[in-house]
Parts: sequence; structure tokens; C-alpha cells
Amino acid sequence: MTSAAPTEIAVRRDGAVRMGFFTDTTVCIGCKSCEVACKQWNDLPADGYQFRKGGSYDHTGALGASTWRHVRFVERLEPSPAARADAEAALAAGGGGHVPNIPATGGGLPRPEELGGAGGGGLPTPEELGGAGGGARPEEVPDLVQWAEQNGDTPVVGEGDVDVGAAVAAMDRWLFMSDVCKHCTNAGCLDACPTGAIIRTEFQTVVIQPDVCNGCGYCIPSCPFGVPNRDPYDGRAAKCTLCYDRLQDGLEPACAKACPTDSIQFGPYDELVETAKGRVVALHERGVESAYLYGAGDEPGEQLAGGLGAFFLLTEAPERFGLPARADSPAQENGPYATAAGLAAAALAALGTIASFAVARRRGRG
Amino acid sequence: MPGLGTSFGRGGATNFQQDFQQSDCVWIQGSSLVEAHPVGSRWMMKARERGAKIIHVDPHYSRTSAVADVYVQIRAGSDIAFLGGLIRHIIETESYFKDYVVNYTNAPVIINERYQGPEELDGLFSGFDPGSGTYDTTTWLPENAEAPSASGQPEHATQAFDEKTGAGMGVSEVPEDPTLQHPRCVFQILKRHYARYTPEMVERICGCSKEDLLHVAETLIENSGRERTSMLAYAVGWTQHSTGVQTIRAGAIIQLLLGNVGRPGGGIMAMRGHASIQGSSDIPTLYDILPGYLRMPRAREQHLTLADYIEAGSTKRGWWANFDKYIVSLLKAWFGDAATAENDYGFPYLPKISGNHSHFPTMLRAVDGGLDGLFVMGQNPAVGSQHSGLQRRALAQLKWLVVRDLADLETASFWRESPEVRSGELRPEDIGTEVFLMPAATHVEKAGHFTNTQRLLQWRDKALEPPGDARSELHFTYHLGKRIKAHYANSDRERDWPIRNLTWDYPEHGPHAEPSAEDVLREINGYELTTGKLVNSFTELRNDGTTSCGCWIYSGCFADNVNQTRRRNPGDIDSPGGWVSPEWGWAWPANRRIFYNRASADPEGRPWSERKKYIWWDEEQARWTGYDVPDFPPNKRPDYRPTDDAAGVEGIGGDDPFIMMPDGRAQLFAPTGPLDGPLPTYYEPFESPFTNALYPKIGGNPCGVYWSRPDNPLNVSRSREYPVVASTFRLTEQHTAGAMSRNLPWLAELQPEMFVEINPQLARERGIEDGGWMTVMTERGEIEARAKVTSRLQPLRMGDEVVHQISMPWHWGTYRSSEQGVTGDSVNDIIPLSGDPNTTIEDKTFSCDVRAGRRRGESTCRLAHEHEHVDQMTREGDHEAELPHKAVHTLSSLYELPVPGDREAREPPEGWEAARELARDPGRTG
Repeated sequence: MTSAAPTEIAVRRDGAVRMGFFTDTTVCIGCKSCEVACKQWNDLPADGYQFRKGGSYDHTGALGASTWRHVRFVERLEPSPAARADAEAALAAGGGGHVPNIPATGGGLPRPEELGGAGGGGLPTPEELGGAGGGARPEEVPDLVQWAEQNGDTPVVGEGDVDVGAAVAAMDRWLFMSDVCKHCTNAGCLDACPTGAIIRTEFQTVVIQPDVCNGCGYCIPSCPFGVPNRDPYDGRAAKCTLCYDRLQDGLEPACAKACPTDSIQFGPYDELVETAKGRVVALHERGVESAYLYGAGDEPGEQLAGGLGAFFLLTEAPERFGLPARADSPAQENGPYATAAGLAAAALAALGTIASFAVARRRGRG
Repeated sequence: MPGLGTSFGRGGATNFQQDFQQSDCVWIQGSSLVEAHPVGSRWMMKARERGAKIIHVDPHYSRTSAVADVYVQIRAGSDIAFLGGLIRHIIETESYFKDYVVNYTNAPVIINERYQGPEELDGLFSGFDPGSGTYDTTTWLPENAEAPSASGQPEHATQAFDEKTGAGMGVSEVPEDPTLQHPRCVFQILKRHYARYTPEMVERICGCSKEDLLHVAETLIENSGRERTSMLAYAVGWTQHSTGVQTIRAGAIIQLLLGNVGRPGGGIMAMRGHASIQGSSDIPTLYDILPGYLRMPRAREQHLTLADYIEAGSTKRGWWANFDKYIVSLLKAWFGDAATAENDYGFPYLPKISGNHSHFPTMLRAVDGGLDGLFVMGQNPAVGSQHSGLQRRALAQLKWLVVRDLADLETASFWRESPEVRSGELRPEDIGTEVFLMPAATHVEKAGHFTNTQRLLQWRDKALEPPGDARSELHFTYHLGKRIKAHYANSDRERDWPIRNLTWDYPEHGPHAEPSAEDVLREINGYELTTGKLVNSFTELRNDGTTSCGCWIYSGCFADNVNQTRRRNPGDIDSPGGWVSPEWGWAWPANRRIFYNRASADPEGRPWSERKKYIWWDEEQARWTGYDVPDFPPNKRPDYRPTDDAAGVEGIGGDDPFIMMPDGRAQLFAPTGPLDGPLPTYYEPFESPFTNALYPKIGGNPCGVYWSRPDNPLNVSRSREYPVVASTFRLTEQHTAGAMSRNLPWLAELQPEMFVEINPQLARERGIEDGGWMTVMTERGEIEARAKVTSRLQPLRMGDEVVHQISMPWHWGTYRSSEQGVTGDSVNDIIPLSGDPNTTIEDKTFSCDVRAGRRRGESTCRLAHEHEHVDQMTREGDHEAELPHKAVHTLSSLYELPVPGDREAREPPEGWEAARELARDPGRTG
């Protein structure tokens, strides 16, 4: 199993094992109790009261210095295979009407006046609709308004039997994911921290010590997941501690404690990975074949940041949740190059030194 | 919960939330279970993990829909059409659980010849009186059944638990056809009644596809029967309609046809919207029932002796034969030694109902200056009640107002901070209402019990002292009562007898003389008066004045002098039946977790299947046994048959599981109980852009309640002026009207502004941008909100028309405790006062229009003109107008004018004139 380098562990405690989070998005109900429990336990302030466009019910936006758990909402528009087949068949038979399809989220909706005047154009061809293949993202679903604009047609509610627009734009799934610091095995933030403020604890979690942090901010670009951020009031970096204070007292972290559906599970890392793998198998058996683990159980060499202490069960591509498909600590990624560059620089410097001595010697001789 | 009471016998959820786990299919309609009950939904999620199907049918795609296997979007208020389609499909495909239906429901009962249904009478049932808008229900009775004495009389009995379910019926007296073939048997009536609720008709009314309907029907059918059970969960999304009770009835009919009631993982969960809402009807804050669902005596009854009251309230057969024991024990609890057989235990001194005194008529009376004062406790009508603009205007007409709350919320501060004050319509210096704001303790600052969704009483201890002058409700009520008693102590007036003799002697504790909540619970549990011992069950109560009991259904909660509600032992939840956890809290009645659980066994007493065993007959021990407390006489053999003259529970056979019903059967067809029909029938909402496709001549519920007055205008139906269908919903992040959540920064930031969910097509048509401002307009006023443009809402196609729906949360208002609170417009400002004839609330659907941008004035200023008009009429039109304005008491009938079938035919001013005339006619009371 993945484990941090023993030399990196800053706190010693007999019997302490790596602890982590397993966040199962298939049972998340988007209630945000993790977000609230986290703020309450850690006494974090609200981020402001901004109503955000897009993003469903997400009004806190992202992980940050005062949001250590964040629930992301994804409204997935995707035609069901049956609906799309119906639409295609109806169009092929010339009998499809349509309600215009406009993506639910994201700006740039055409205004009515922007839409072209009436024209005699036809409806999208099955080939065009077929472009909205399985796994399409909202922006890839054919936008009939755009299509109509290009073809000089005003979208209207058609007279055919099949709502083509509805068939390709129907709400398919609404997904929720509670995001958190990944407590990476190769922790970019820790690698980058020049003051030693960021340490690896006896539970192999990654914690920023606020009393040591000088606010340099090097950790922020060094995290491939965009987790740590600086507090706008005191400038220090902050992120999830995996409730280090609670762990030391044998309590589970506040978010896991509050989760009503056990979407967030906490425990010894090795046990969690086994649980999670069993969960993937069970979901596959139930027909949820897209289920996979993000950040755990990968082959060595393919691990995200050497393996994530807080890992996820996802059913969609990681980008859907704002997660990178591949990630590692910049120090790890750039290590060989940096080493090579450093060695080259050292060699150059050495050569330079030798050269200067040589010059001096020549001068001395001269 | 009249919908459940008239179907099964008791007005409470039949199962418990942990029992979701046992379900093979959880069907949620009229509820956003996951959104509004996230913790309870953990059990539903466990069922899903075990392979159960989740169905969600709702106008609004919520977080509940997101976790459902099947989601169907329907037009708000069209539920009965959808349910009728399910019933028709179940009957037509013969998918009902025949052994269950024949033995445990009234399907075989033959109804008398005079009964006619909506199919014959253009949407009405027989017995309709257009003058009063009510039914004479005697034509709905079974053949040969006597008319029960208290029913059959036109009356708007709001919130009434049906105290007369099936009175006069008895198994041996009423002809039956167990083959279900007789044309007048309930089953055949049901079949004819729903014959036109075809998938095509459902598609046309609800806007969903017929495939969606059939998918739901097949999923339910596949997961019901001997081996499997489906559970139905609903909430205020069903209750708060002009057809609320009938919608619940329709759900009950489906669960009965599928044989799911009384069985594990089955039944109906009435998900409550607030802590202890179940408790507040068990020990009612309602005006028309006494504790334990004993009927409140009516002023119109000719003989007001205890014997007459008992005669009207009890039944010859079934559990209500014990009615006398419960009322006498209640009177003993209230009046103690002063209650004697000679004075009818003080019964004549109880107040009598003279009309509709529920919330809305009371507030309308206040608007007209007919109410002096008001106590508001645990409520915030200035933003939390529908048509809240009118509620606030009502508050301005009071002499005094007592508000007990955690802070200076919208109701207490209406006189200085409300849309009407901002607009200048109301000026603080003109408002004569004296407001007393009494600081209240929060739930962690006082001890007591909650009775939640599943009838479960759970005790909580006080965690900390309330700050400053804040006190518990118990402290306030008790000390107020003491002062009132002291005031009347020397009165020799007859009418003060109940105050002088009220038992009000709880021991006081601590520096603030707090009475002990446990002592109150002991009184509720009941005593053996001769020995002073606490009774262990309501079966120990007597009718001779030797026992007292504050609420008979709670009797046993303090059995053995132990606070049973304080127990927190889940037990071994992995053992067989372990999920029942009978030592966690205490459930009424008698700690039963599943109602009617005799129905979990077949007529011979064997479990329907090993997989679904729960309660069964143990021949060796000669008793019922299983995982729960049997909801049946424990030693009554399955083959017991009552003799013709058997009375009480003895009159119920060993295979009749619904012991609260006089015949022991659940009612598919409800001859008594609901005021608006024995079977659910589809009526359009009061405000609907559409004609009723099934009954074009009727439109809305002919018995529905709407107060036709200029200050309560309805949007004209079938109008293009208000083409958009609106409904309301709750968010997980906010709580009720928001005062407790909008002011917590951690919750406020999660849903910072009032918003409206709107589909992309409608948004584009009106130029509304995602995240931008938009305004929602009705005849009552207009509110502004942020637009949440989302494909979670879809335009619905209904026949040739496309209807757009919007959905709005209702958690916003004007109160904020600091700059960290968030405020916004309240959707209740634009909802009319109208409702169901049984429960009088409709706010889950109304019509409206939307436009881009912010509102032009204050939310309810549109009403200002109409309101002045009313005020003027009250002053000039009433001969008592010379009296001080607030002393003008108007008759309650004024406030419950029935809505005519065709609302367009009646302009509000005409209705108002008619109401005034009625008010002057002293012959019409209640």
C-alpha cells in the first residue's frame, strides 16, 4: 500500500497508522452537512453571500482558506439512448417537432432578438444529432438554437410527435461530490513549503501549522488540486487538517461524523481502500459500470500524487468534478529535470570555477 | 391527517423511517424526502444499496430526484390524475394483491343504490348541495347501513381526524360480495370510477409521458405482493392542495390494492415538516379536536350531555367503542376531584365549536377588526403563512399581540419592518397593536419530548440554561395559567368553573420556578386515581372516574414510572427484526412501530412470506408474536368470528387487521370521513391555466375552501394572463421561514438569496438571465428573486399545449439578526388563502407570470387598494360600526364561503356582498 516516506513523518506515535477519507459520490445527496460541520468544528468564517450563476446549488464555489469541504454540483444534460433513438427515428421520418435545447448552465444564451428570422430550414439530421454521443458534456449536446441560427430558422415548438429538443436536452443526472484536501502521498504543498509549516502527521495526513506559516504562498501553486489558499485577512495558508485535533482524541473528523448517508467514510487507509474496492465491484454488479476509484488502488506509477489519503469513488470523468485526470507533486514531476538541471548548473559552475582558476594560474604565470 | 385516518383508522404514518431499509421500492410523491429529511433519508439510501428502486414523482427536480431510479416530472397539483392512472392500471392488469384486497379492505362491500359518482354526475358525487358547496354523505353509505348521527351534516370540519369512520357499519350487517363481481361492490365502483384515467388522459393532464406512468406502475407492481413490499412517502407537497386529503386517500388506495399496508417496508410515511408536528396534532394545537383525536363537541348539537357526546363519538364495534373511557379519563386529568359523575365530569364546561376557527378564518376575522388579541407561539405568520401580506394587515388590526420567539422576527416587528410599512400603506404611528415579545428558550435550553414523523416520542434533556429572560413554553404557559386562575379564584360565575377547577399543580423547580416537563408527561400518561399509580396502558383506563389520562394514545409512555421516551437503546440491529429497535424512545400507541401489523400475516395468521414476516400467530402459545407489539388483541385467534351482537373490539374478526375501523377493514371507498367525496377524483387546482380534461364543467374541487373577498383575489383560471404554473419547495440548507437558518452565516452562505427555478426555454422567451433578477406576479402582488435557469425543470407538453412551471423555495423574509444574515422576498406574499375542505391549506400550486428584472414596488402593495375597499365596507356596511372598530365580531360563516364550481362566473365583489349578507343573517351559524 501507498505510504509516505517514513522520514517525512514529523510526529511520532506508537501504533498510529495512515488515516484517510473515502468519499463515495454515488450515495452523496448534496446536503452540504459536511461543509457546515467542517466550518463549525474548525471555526471557519463564511466566505460571503454570493448568489452564483450556474453551478446549481453551489454558492461557495471552491475549496479555499475558509472552505475545507466543498460540495460540487454537476447538472448533466445527456440524452438517454432511447430518447435519442426516438428523436432520430422521428426526424428521419420527417415527423419530429422540437423544443429548443439550451444548455442549463453556463452563460451565452442567445437573446430572442439574436435569433434569426423565420426561414424554411429543416431540422437537424440524425447525423448531427448523433454527434451527441454517449458521455457528451453539456456543451457537446447539439444546441438547436445555435443550429437554427445557422440555418436561418426560428426554433418553435414543432408539430411532430417527438420532442427532439427534449430528447437531446433532458436532464439526465444531477451529481454531487464533496471535495476535500487529498492528503497526498506526494504532497506538493509540503514539498514546496520553505518554513516547515506544513508537516506530515503520525496519521500521514498533511497539516499546515498556522503558527509557523509565514504566508509565502508557495504551497498554493504547488498543489495540483487547487486545495490550499491564503486567508485574505492574515495571509496564512489554510486547508483541511483531516481534523487533526479530533484524530488525536480518537474522534472521527467532523465532516464524516455529520454525513447522513456515509458518503464520507473515515478510517485506517488500508481498510478504506479495501472497502472502496469492494464497493466498486458491488456497483459493477448492479450495473453501474462506470464506477471507479479516483486516487486509490492504482498501479504504482499510475498513482495520483503517489496515492491520495482522501480518495473518491466517481462515476464520471474526473474533469466533470473539476479534478485533474493526472496529478502529482510538482517536486515529483519536475524532480528529474530539476535534478538534471541542477547537476548541469553545478557542472557548469564547477567548470567555471576550474576555468577561472585556470585563468588565474595563467595570469599568475604571466 | 384525515387522508390516512379515513383510510386506515388512525391519522399517523403507518411505518417508521428505519423501516425504509426493508423496502423493495420507495415511492416518493408530494415530498422531497432527501432535500427536506436528509437524515431520515439515510435509511432510504440503505434500501437503495440493498437494491430497492427509488421512484420520485414531483413537479420539481430536486436532490431527491437526483438519487431516484425513476423520476417523473408532472404538473403541480395534478397528482390525483397520476394516481388515478396508477389505480386504473393496477386494476385493469389485475395486478392487485387479491387475497389482501378481498380480506383486509372493504372492496367486497356493497354500496347502496342511491350512490352516484363523478362519471355520472359530471364530476360531482351524489348528495351535493350547490348552495353550501357541501355534500350530504348519506348516499355514499353501504347498503343497509344506518346514517351515523354526527356525519352527513354539511360542515367544514377543518383538520378533523375522522371521529366517525364508517360508523354504523359492521361485518355482519352489510352485504358483501367476496368475488368482487357485484356491480355495486366497492371494487367495481372503483374500477368504473377510474376507467377514464387512461395513460393518455394522465399524459394530457399531468404533462408526463404515458411511458413514465406505466414505468412507475410496473415498478410498484413488481415490488409488491407476498414476497415484496413498496413504501410510499409523502409530505406537504400532497397535503397543501385544495384536494390534499383526497390525494393522500388515492395513495392509500394504491397501497391497499398492492397489499402494502401493515407490512415491513410498506405502508405510508407521512413525512412531517417540523419537529413535533405529529405531536401537535396528537395533543392538538388545532381547534377542532381534543387530545388523542377525541372529537371536539359542536355547538349545533342539540343535546350537550356527556352521554350524547359519547354516543356520537363512539362506535358499536371497533376500538372506538372505548371512547367513553378516554374522554372521562381526560376530563379527570383536567378537572380532578371536581369532575364527578354528577356533573358529567365537567364536560358541559368544555368550549363548543361554532364554526371554522382555524388559522385563516381567524386571521380574516382579524383583518375585519373582529379579533382583539393573539398569541403567536412557535409560528411566524408574517412570512410563514400563505398570503402573508394579508396576515400582516391582520396583525395591524389587533389590540394586542403576544409573540414568543427566539428573536424579534417578522411577526413581532411587522409594525416597523414589513413591505406594507416600507410602502407607506401602514404607518407605525397608526398601528394600535400592542406587541409583547416574550423571549423563548431554544430546544436545547428546555427539557421535553418531540413526537416526530413516525409517532415516536423522544425525550431530550436540557443542555444549558436559557439566557436572560428566555423561558420555556411550559414555564410561560404554566405561569400564565397560574395568574389566570388567581384572577378568577373568587369568581362565583358558572362560566368560570373550568378555570377555577382546572388541575394546575405541577411542582416547581429551580430559581425560575420551572415546572417539570416529566410531571406533565406523567399526567399525559395517566394515573390510577385510587392508588396513585401510573397506568401502563390505555387498556387500564376506565369510564367511572377512577382513572385520569391526558392523552389516551400516549398512555404507557411512562409505564412502570419510567420515562419510556428517554430510552436510547437501539438493541442488536443485526438480529432478526433488529431494525425495529423497540427500546429507542417510545411510539404511540403502546410502543407499536408499524400500524395494523396484523396485516403482515395472511388471514390464517401465517406470514405472507418468510422474507416479509413481521407479526404472526403462534399456535403453541396461542398468541400473536413477532418483531413488534401486535396491533391486535394479542390472544384473538385468526379464526375468531364475532357473534352478531358482539360489541367493541369483540365485534372484530380474527382476520380483520384494521381494528380502529368498525368492520376491521381498511377503506378503499370511504363512505364517511372525507367531506369532498368517498373516492378521490381529479379536480384542477383553484388557480390553473387549464380546463379540467376529465370534468370540464367542474374545474376545481367543488367543496374546496376559498375566501372570496377583494383582498384575497384569485388569478382568473384558464387565463393567458397567468400562464405559468408555480409550486414551492424546501431547501436542505434553510429551515421553514428561515429565521433560524438565514442568520447562521454557515447556512446563509450556502443559499444566500431567494431564487426561482425556471426552465431555459421560458427564461429565453422572457429575456431572463441565469443569476439575474426576475419578478413573479400574481393578483396578490409580486416578488423578486434571482433566476436559477436549469434544465432540471422542463416545459411540459399537455395535449396541444406546452406549460411552463417554475419552482420557488419559501425560506426568505425580512428578519436578520446581524449583517451576516440574508434576507429576501417571501413567496407567501403572492399565494392566496384557499384550501382543502378538510384541512384548509393550498399553497403548493398557483398560477403566475414572470418577467425579467426587479419588482416595481413593495411586494404586496397591489393589494392596498382592495384592502382599503374592504376596510371601508366594514365600517360603513355594518350596523355595529359605531362600536369601537375592533369590537365588531363577525360570524364565522362569513369566512368559509364555498368556492363555486366555475370560478370565472363569480367576481370577488359579488362574493364579498354575499358574505356580508350572510354575516347579517343570524340564522346561519357554522
